[in-house]
Amino acid sequence: MLEYIDEIKKQSEKLLKEGSVEMVIGFRKGSLPMMNEPCFARTPEDVNQFVWDSNCGINLANYLTNRTEKIGIIAKGCDSRNIVTHIIENKISRDQLVIIGVPCQGMIDKHKITAMFTQEIQSVVEDGDKIVVTAGDKETPLDKSDVLQKNCLVCTHRNPVVHDVLVADPVAEPQDVDRYADVREIEAMTSQEKWDYFESLLSACIRCYACKNACPLCYCPTCFVDESKPQWVGKGQDPTDVRTFHFLRAFHCAGRCTDCGACERACPVGINMRVFTKKLEKDSFEQFGWETGLSLDERPPLDSFRPDDSDEFIR
Amino acid sequence: MKVVKIDKSQWSQGLTKSRESYQLYGPVETDGFHSFKALAADQQPDMACVNTRLSPKAILFPQSEAIVEYSLDSNDADHHVQKSTPIDENPRAIVGIRPCDAKSVRLLNLNFDNAEYQDPYWVKVLAATTFIGLACDDPRSTCFCTSVGCGPYNEEGLDILLVDQEEAYLAKILTEKGEALVKTAGWDATADATEVFDTGKQAAEAKIVSTVSTDKLKNQDILSLHSAPFWEDVGFACLNCGTCTYTCPTCWCFDLQDEVRGKSGKRFKNWDSCMFPLFTLHTTGHNPRGTKMQRVRQRFMHKLKYFVDKYDHGIMCVGCGRCVNQCPVNIDIRAICEIMNAYEGENQEATARV
Repeated sequence: MLEYIDEIKKQSEKLLKEGSVEMVIGFRKGSLPMMNEPCFARTPEDVNQFVWDSNCGINLANYLTNRTEKIGIIAKGCDSRNIVTHIIENKISRDQLVIIGVPCQGMIDKHKITAMFTQEIQSVVEDGDKIVVTAGDKETPLDKSDVLQKNCLVCTHRNPVVHDVLVADPVAEPQDVDRYADVREIEAMTSQEKWDYFESLLSACIRCYACKNACPLCYCPTCFVDESKPQWVGKGQDPTDVRTFHFLRAFHCAGRCTDCGACERACPVGINMRVFTKKLEKDSFEQFGWETGLSLDERPPLDSFRPDDSDEFIR
Repeated sequence: MKVVKIDKSQWSQGLTKSRESYQLYGPVETDGFHSFKALAADQQPDMACVNTRLSPKAILFPQSEAIVEYSLDSNDADHHVQKSTPIDENPRAIVGIRPCDAKSVRLLNLNFDNAEYQDPYWVKVLAATTFIGLACDDPRSTCFCTSVGCGPYNEEGLDILLVDQEEAYLAKILTEKGEALVKTAGWDATADATEVFDTGKQAAEAKIVSTVSTDKLKNQDILSLHSAPFWEDVGFACLNCGTCTYTCPTCWCFDLQDEVRGKSGKRFKNWDSCMFPLFTLHTTGHNPRGTKMQRVRQRFMHKLKYFVDKYDHGIMCVGCGRCVNQCPVNIDIRAICEIMNAYEGENQEATARV
């Protein structure tokens, strides 16, 4: 995956040189291990700051919302699906974009790796399928497949579904993946067990909103948590309000979530709030045969209407 | 300066004794990370923890705190009268607070207790709190306390400074509050250990590898920095979440909210964040900081320029590295501080030369 960067830079430079876009959105190297920072290039020279590795988990579609200029964007599979969603929902138009597609081989889970070491991690070096972590005085080699983000482990759309150029040959899409084992575990719980599980899951939440703000779907001009006329939800730490925020946010993502994992990656206190959106993603798949962001020509099931709908209540 | 030697075998025993007079707080691990919590009777502070994920500011400035209560039921004698929520002024002690966090309390105090305003919910709790610090002999790579007027052995804001000596803690008693706590705990073996503190300090400071430059900030022209072209670039990645402000030990902004259930209501003082659009939204609908770039700029201008100018107390940062480590998109205050410090804008060539 590291070798993609030459082509990413080449394609970005070309777009900026020929003036077909005003900016290219990508990543630059972060100041800490396992961190890269989303950034933009406006000049051909700026593309030299771009990097690509297994720490590009932030979803760049998030940076397209309501932009008016012509933009080049580096997109892995999930980014491309959120770009499709953005286009369908009129947050950006297809002809504004030049999509530089990146066949993805999965992003690594910084929370998981950090938790594996008692000492501070000094460096994380990637070499093919291996990740070498230096913590304290010790180097520890890890298999990348053991430390992938949880959503990457069950991803079946690693290749960009929409792109103008592809920086490398498509990668093989994983087959026979059991995508919903974790959701089924929760579905099997009793009401009380679910309640207890959610309560414990959300107990650490500080309502910083990193999850919703890292999410490309959360672009409402005013989020319901910020509405004051009327105020829908209390702003303190009352568990009812914390739950209301998470549950309602998840429902807003029903039929729109691509399971990109940006929410979990962004959470400073390590909450696995992905289980909420994943349940709705599972329902969308099982009840409507819907997978988000695969086609520019089909509207999501929850924002479309058919006069011949089989359910009477909606006709 | 009096130093007491606390044999590790006497440590938890002393804490147990002090619990009779103090509610203890300390770093504990829950859900995979450390935070400062009120310690249960049998709970020990985890002294090996270098940096809790959230700062201990919540012990004095809770994320959500009821400050006023009222009844809207006209059958109640004192209905529609706003009454202060009682403040818990019982003695409390924070065990194992790091020097950077202790210094942050002094910075927060500039806002909550000054000639103009005294916030009783802060002032009374602070007066009831004893700070038992633990020197940082093994700082993290993102610690830059020595650049911001602090350090791994900094005593500001502490009542006791502990140094870990394997078999024992050496406790430097810095205030009367510290003296009282040591007495309550029954730690009374005095030691002559000035040298240990001096050499320990030097060794620990040498381990701080991260630095920031702040020397030119004071002379920078405010408007020039405000209109500098770099904000779009440094703020681009920002998600406008509250991670930096909520994990920061020195961010003090709060919001007041009334919550009414049935006929009784409470007014809450809740943490707020300059990253949120609602922070500055006017009732007219106008938002003077309506864009992400404006909000990012506000955070850094406040910490690194307005605060410097207003209080002459250095920058509003103690170098703990929490925002650096936890920002989901790796916006690094150290890099932005360098950019602001080194900026030579069009309007300020004259001041830059001073």
